[in-house]
Amino acid sequence: MSLAGLDQLWVYLSGNPLVSLLATLVAFYLATHINRLLGRSPFAHPVLVAIALLIAFLLLTGIDYATYFEGAQFIHFLLGPATVALAIPLFDHRERVRRMLVPILVACLSGIITAVSSTLGLALLLGAQKSVLLSLAPRSVTSPIAMGIAEQIGGIPSLAAALVLLTGSVGCALGPWILKTLRIDDPSVKGFTMGLAAHGFGTAQCFASMGAMAGAFAGLAMGLTGMLTAFILPLIVRLFGL
Amino acid sequence: MPLIVGMSVLLGCQFIGELLVRALTVPVPGPVMGMVVLLIGLMIHGRVPSALRSAGEGLLRYLTLLFVPAGVGIMVHFGLIGADIWVLLVTLVVSTALTIAVTAKVLDRLTRRRSGGGEA
Repeated sequence: MSLAGLDQLWVYLSGNPLVSLLATLVAFYLATHINRLLGRSPFAHPVLVAIALLIAFLLLTGIDYATYFEGAQFIHFLLGPATVALAIPLFDHRERVRRMLVPILVACLSGIITAVSSTLGLALLLGAQKSVLLSLAPRSVTSPIAMGIAEQIGGIPSLAAALVLLTGSVGCALGPWILKTLRIDDPSVKGFTMGLAAHGFGTAQCFASMGAMAGAFAGLAMGLTGMLTAFILPLIVRLFGL
Repeated sequence: MPLIVGMSVLLGCQFIGELLVRALTVPVPGPVMGMVVLLIGLMIHGRVPSALRSAGEGLLRYLTLLFVPAGVGIMVHFGLIGADIWVLLVTLVVSTALTIAVTAKVLDRLTRRRSGGGEA
């Protein structure tokens, strides 16, 4: 095949969903291996590495984000049903939830209020732009929900998603250390805290290093926090006068 | 067929969720409302049908992959993030640490009191 032929093939392919989809899956696969090589460091979380690889790939090939997303939206779309599916772990742990209902609800509300007000307060104090501020607000919530919230309150959904991912890494790095300093030993408390503050990243880390009980509570906290934040956050944002 | 049945249930709940959000004009993402719909459905039904479980847990197992396409969108916002990089870093670290400390303390205190002072 001549060089011109290859060129035309590339023009055809780069506008085709196939390239974006394939690149996303391959990047994620490579990222999982790179993360394992680096000793599963939360700062080299597979999602962050995959995103970095894909950005490098798009910059090198000159494909813009809108074109990439036309293909990758098929993966992105699954976030909707995945959010709905969070009801399943919540339902599985309904007995334990019912028993600890009051402590869980109080802890969840205080966690959400702390997360949202300290985020908005600090960012306001340090002088962030309004669109950044509104994308930061839902940062401790799992991304499908955070993106929905950001859109509702006037933030930028994709920026919100990126900040959610960074929050997850920060939470996984700080969490075990803070919990140890505060002398928290109960795995259900540890798990719930990690799920609330670091959503899916925290949940995955709990399953990997703190046991199934912590993991289940992290999943519960992630679902509950997502749901409650979606209802509470617009009110807090209004309180801050944004 | 379990995958098809399970996905239909999930998408169906999402659809009902979207309808409810629009009908009630509540500021909540449609899929979150869908999650509430599914939770209520499961409570009424009393157990998770195996088709729904295989579809749902399959999606949740790869939840991290699903974040990637939106996360790549950060490339569009390099300018916005770069301008506020220190604000973002300080806010993320301080606020995440505060959130972890407050949540853990509150839940720990409340569960201890419930179990009669001594941690079981």
